[in-house]
Amino acid sequence: MTETDAKRAGGSLTGAAPLLGTTGISKHYPGVLALDRVDFTLRAGEVHVLFGENGAGKSTLISILAGVQPPTAGEVYFRGRPIEIESVHHARSLGISAVFQEFSLVPQMTVEENLFLGAEIVHGGVLDKRALRARATEIIARLGFPLRPERRVEQLTRAEQQMVEIAKAFRSDLSVLILDEPTASLTDRETEQLFALIDQIKAEGVGIIYITHRMQEIRRIGDRITVLRDGRHVATLDAASAEDDELVRLMTGRVISELFPKIRFSPGEERLRVERLTTSDRSVSDVSLSVASGEIIGLAGLVGSGKSEVMRAAFGVDPVASGRVILKGEDVTGASTRDLLARGLFYVPPDRREEGLMMMRSCRENIALPSLDRPPFSRGGFLDRAGEARRTSQLADRMNLQPPLIERAVEFFSGGNQQKVLLARCLTRPIDVFVFDEPTVGVDVGTRAAIYAFIRDLCEAGAAVVLISSDLPEILHLTNRVYVFYRGRIQAELLGEQIGQENVLRHFFEREAA
Amino acid sequence: MTARRDTGADAPRRGVLYWLKAVFLRLGVLPFLLVVAVVVFWLLSDNFLTLRNLTNVVRQSVYLMIVSLGQMFALLTGGFDLSVGTVLAITSVVGASVMATVYAGGPDAAFLAIMVGILAGVAAGTLIGVCNGIGVAVFGVSPFIMTLGMSSVGFGIALFLTGGVPVYGMPVEFGEFFGFGLILGIPVPIYAAAVLVVLTWLFVNRTRQGRYFYAVGGNVKAAKLSGINTRFTLFITYVLCAFLAAIAGMLLTARLDTGEANTGASMPLESIAACVIAGVSLRGGVGRVENVALGALFIVLVQNGMNLARIESYLQIVVLGALLILAVIADQLRLRYIAGARD
Repeated sequence: MTETDAKRAGGSLTGAAPLLGTTGISKHYPGVLALDRVDFTLRAGEVHVLFGENGAGKSTLISILAGVQPPTAGEVYFRGRPIEIESVHHARSLGISAVFQEFSLVPQMTVEENLFLGAEIVHGGVLDKRALRARATEIIARLGFPLRPERRVEQLTRAEQQMVEIAKAFRSDLSVLILDEPTASLTDRETEQLFALIDQIKAEGVGIIYITHRMQEIRRIGDRITVLRDGRHVATLDAASAEDDELVRLMTGRVISELFPKIRFSPGEERLRVERLTTSDRSVSDVSLSVASGEIIGLAGLVGSGKSEVMRAAFGVDPVASGRVILKGEDVTGASTRDLLARGLFYVPPDRREEGLMMMRSCRENIALPSLDRPPFSRGGFLDRAGEARRTSQLADRMNLQPPLIERAVEFFSGGNQQKVLLARCLTRPIDVFVFDEPTVGVDVGTRAAIYAFIRDLCEAGAAVVLISSDLPEILHLTNRVYVFYRGRIQAELLGEQIGQENVLRHFFEREAA
Repeated sequence: MTARRDTGADAPRRGVLYWLKAVFLRLGVLPFLLVVAVVVFWLLSDNFLTLRNLTNVVRQSVYLMIVSLGQMFALLTGGFDLSVGTVLAITSVVGASVMATVYAGGPDAAFLAIMVGILAGVAAGTLIGVCNGIGVAVFGVSPFIMTLGMSSVGFGIALFLTGGVPVYGMPVEFGEFFGFGLILGIPVPIYAAAVLVVLTWLFVNRTRQGRYFYAVGGNVKAAKLSGINTRFTLFITYVLCAFLAAIAGMLLTARLDTGEANTGASMPLESIAACVIAGVSLRGGVGRVENVALGALFIVLVQNGMNLARIESYLQIVVLGALLILAVIADQLRLRYIAGARD
């Protein structure tokens, strides 16, 4: 790879070297190829949108460009020269700043302290608080954010914290700004403010990499769009001429028939009904839904839209303020998780590391965890180690755990196999209603197919399945009914034939962005 | 854990170093420390490797071993208990006082006095654990603050009750049996420790509740989502820890034949050291009963060896602290190596 390649890759329109670019960049994780020889260029003064499903490699790409992690292979170019971005600090010194969805703020510190964390203004070894305040005020004023520099970050709303995070990028000279779904928690007015700001810095020659799922935003601010899928570069298009349908096709265009199984739905008796449920923290308000045996309902929506929260409340994890939860005809509102498990409701959490698995314990113990109160896992108050080993190794076989070592600690398995361990859990006891919350986050395509087949088998065997997912293709291809959530409420309920076509998918995005 | 081989990081050569590494990764630092300690003290003192001395080591290690079993519960759930020393003190003082009082009231009823005294002592010590458990499980106070606070509270009470003076006047039978008694030539305290080790092992490995300690320490949210009562588990963690420490307290009182508020001051450090050296993770979720028993034995072995080698007692304290830190460093290295092997 030479400089001419880099020029060719990025400079086709302007002829000038791009601001930032990659050639053949790859990133391996154990068991996963997150990025596979991706070429990408960013010109000065453009908004380049990264578009793709969860796990397509968008986050990996920006984390490499922002210096969070090095690539496994390939090169990064900055202003026409190859460069190794060693750290976030190094990236910032080059003028590359990223605003991630995960905030990097210290909650106990004030806005201004956070703005200059790691780049404090010092005079003779002493913090120059006055200069700090002046600079902070200046940056905030320029951005037009309603922030007070002396407020502590923990007292701010999520939207305000997002603003602090964005403001942080502006503390020094900026040449590349990376924004990862920055509007997810902003109001319309704040979003407009951000867009105006983006227009302004574009004019100053800053290049912007922008990740979003929202079609409206792409049209509003995008110049070019790069679509990633399964870690590969699929296409780079001009935003002005790109059709929504085309983008959706590019994004989901894998061999869908192979990945998603055909499911025969046979909705029978109602198993779970949620009536006008409102949670104590108001993350869910007045939501009603139901699921019957032999069907899979989908709960779609953005993170924090209430799609996950409603089922957590039903499962006794989060407190219910009002409304009812009815499981197989019985009112179980406010019942304990243990009780609900015994009655046949199972919730598989989205984040296996955070809430799912005991990483340092064996697969056997992890699989058996929710069912230690019953045979074959225990007998007469004592654990039945032989029965436990037998049953868990059967389940590991059924899930095709690789390698099939049930005594091995979960942390030594790949993400996909960890997910299989988590899913094997719900087969340890009789369950009528399965709730899967983002069941395929961070797993490879092969495991995804296996997980979908698993869900199909449950459904066809007569279980009621609730599938909560941010991955729209998943929702579209696996469910026979979909509830779309927006800001804690159900925005729409879509049935049968309305699901599964690309125009519906587009309709989805519009809904979400509304 | 045996998985190291198929990660392929260093499969080809299987020399002595390979096996040493495998043992280290699987069992931690304890086997190495035991071997080194035995060799060093054997070289330093002729009396070290004698049956008599080793029996002595086992008998002396009983108290620490029982306390460490309790400490293990706290560590398993991701906390620790700094109040175990205070539990020993309170148990000793209350048990001895009650026993002496009852005995003074009816000198013929030595057996009754002993029973009542033991019950009162163990109950008083366990009460400290109940407080810890309520603080940690119900109010969410960090184990560090809760047990540190209770250790001051308990120690203060123990001093207050006795005015700082040792309590005498227990029936001689108490010390004769529980402190110095022999059954089939083996000291009574050893039986007590053996029974407790076996019971704890059964409890931890063969019952549901035993598994829940690992689950809560391994991932408390996952445990909750699996229908485990995590609060109750945390609560009885501290109750059990104090209960075991209280039993050790009564046994030690029998050995010393007095109730003293200063008993057990070194127990928090020594019991945590015994557990950590035995591979109990400070992050929770990992630890084995049999290793903890060995860990306690090791610490007493080192102390005994240093005594025989005439190492000054102040220096012994230095060695103990250094050993604890060394064990933690070794544990970190081990984890780092395991994490590296994964990538």
